[in-house]
Amino acid sequence: MNELATLPTTRDENWRYADPTWLASADLAELNDWREITVPAGETVCEILSVEPGAERLRVNVGQGGRFELFAINAAGPYARAEAVVTLKEGAHFEFGGVTIGGGKNRQEFVTRTVHSAPGASSNQVVRSVQWGQAVGNFLGRIEVVKDAQKTDAAQNFRAILLEKGASANAKPELEIFADDVKCAHGAAIGALDDTAGFYMASRGLPPEVARKLLIHAFVADAFEAIQDEDLRGEMLAKALNVLDEEAV
Amino acid sequence: MLKIENLHAEVDGKQILNGLSLEVGAGEVHAIMGPNGAGKSTLAYVLGGRPGYEITQGTVEFLGQDMLELEPHERAAAGLFLGFQYPVEIPGVSNVQFLREALNAQRKARGEEPFSGGEFLKVAKEKAGLLKLDMEMLKRPVNVGFSGGEKKRAEMVQMGILDPRLAVLDETDSGLDIDALRVVGEGINTIMRAPDKAVLLITHYQRLLDVVQPDFVHVLARGRIVKSGGPELAHQLEEEGYEAVAA
Ligand SMILES: Nc1ncnc2c1ncn2[C@@H]1O[C@H](COP(=O)(O)OP(=O)(O)OP(=O)(O)O)[C@@H](O)[C@H]1O
Ligand SMILES: [Mg+2]
Repeated sequence: MNELATLPTTRDENWRYADPTWLASADLAELNDWREITVPAGETVCEILSVEPGAERLRVNVGQGGRFELFAINAAGPYARAEAVVTLKEGAHFEFGGVTIGGGKNRQEFVTRTVHSAPGASSNQVVRSVQWGQAVGNFLGRIEVVKDAQKTDAAQNFRAILLEKGASANAKPELEIFADDVKCAHGAAIGALDDTAGFYMASRGLPPEVARKLLIHAFVADAFEAIQDEDLRGEMLAKALNVLDEEAV
Repeated sequence: MLKIENLHAEVDGKQILNGLSLEVGAGEVHAIMGPNGAGKSTLAYVLGGRPGYEITQGTVEFLGQDMLELEPHERAAAGLFLGFQYPVEIPGVSNVQFLREALNAQRKARGEEPFSGGEFLKVAKEKAGLLKLDMEMLKRPVNVGFSGGEKKRAEMVQMGILDPRLAVLDETDSGLDIDALRVVGEGINTIMRAPDKAVLLITHYQRLLDVVQPDFVHVLARGRIVKSGGPELAHQLEEEGYEAVAA
């Protein structure tokens, strides 16, 4: 399952927003080298990821009533992809919060495939992208609900803020549902920073760079809201915003 | 304190302010009334420096400085406060965080020491109390989920905390119930009635002016001040309408 016989191309759905140049010279063996994670029944595993250049692929099996949490910052380039295939047993939960943030020509993406393989499992995925320059932020989220996986609850939300004209973002939610008692919510929105809010904040004395940081802070925070540990949540936010301080124009 | 001379401004290529002149001295409260679409909010935005409002002619002097040279946040630090007709919602940013950052940014620009968290909260509590706004509201994101009246009250709490020299208040009374109108009016008096402060009050109704009694009343129509007078002018307008009084 999931083994590639040949290098994928951007004609493959799963790789459609990938960097073709990177793909052409990728190492097939590395692409097939999935990192396996098993979450035993009733337990919780939390994975924190700083995405490195290239492709990182996770295969996760979550046992009955287990919980897998993945929180990731993707600030790398020129091409950086984090991919997770998560299979949920009865009553299991998958929580994902991802942030892509960067400029230049960076192409940063998250790709998830969530398999609700038994009744009563749930998943919640929140991805926020902040891009400038000619950077691209992507989220491809595929949700599969097998026959008989009743009472599935799957939610996905993607929002992108483009700070400059040349930046872009792509969202591709995909649903494959074979059960009928299923709740699937997904939303995607791509836009610029709110000018009206910017002026309102300036009228109270906030310099533009401070106002912008506050707005982006609030925006990115959505992705890490589910992190229980307050210190960790703060660290993740600070790390993401740091990229903005260091690189954004 | 504020001296506007022959101000012309346009938005999206449409001329809206048409040679507006107005002088506001320290310690004074001026009311501006005028028909819908006359340019009252435009005047407020132009004073605040909102992007997209282009000044084609005229000058604005504020506390001896050329105000048009300043960026919006610099105008705030210089002592200008703009009360919005439609206060803006900022999801994910709490009032407390927003106002503390704003106050400290202003203080920094003026070369003053920043307020600590404790000092700030003390001021915030006092001003929220003055406007009878629950402190819990200030922990929520800026204006998000606030009712129309709550937004206006929150604007006045912001004004109290930021303690400006000149407040330009754009229909702060609209959307307020009768009791709230009194609370807000008295709040404006407490915060802004001082010898070194001034208020430009944009309103459609006499009710607010019963509480915040203006020293001068102006009629703004077709982008300029067409008539000025004392408090009695507001009464005359209320009875006879703009057409008759300022045609
Ligand atoms: N972006 C814009 N493009 C074109 N016209 C505009 C724009 N913004 C405002 N106007 C016009 O400018 C005029 C003045 O608007 P303004 O909001 O200043 O009026 P006002 O006096 O505050 O009215 P009200 O009493 O209804 O609040 C109106 O005719 C309005 O339609
Ligand atoms: Mg108006």
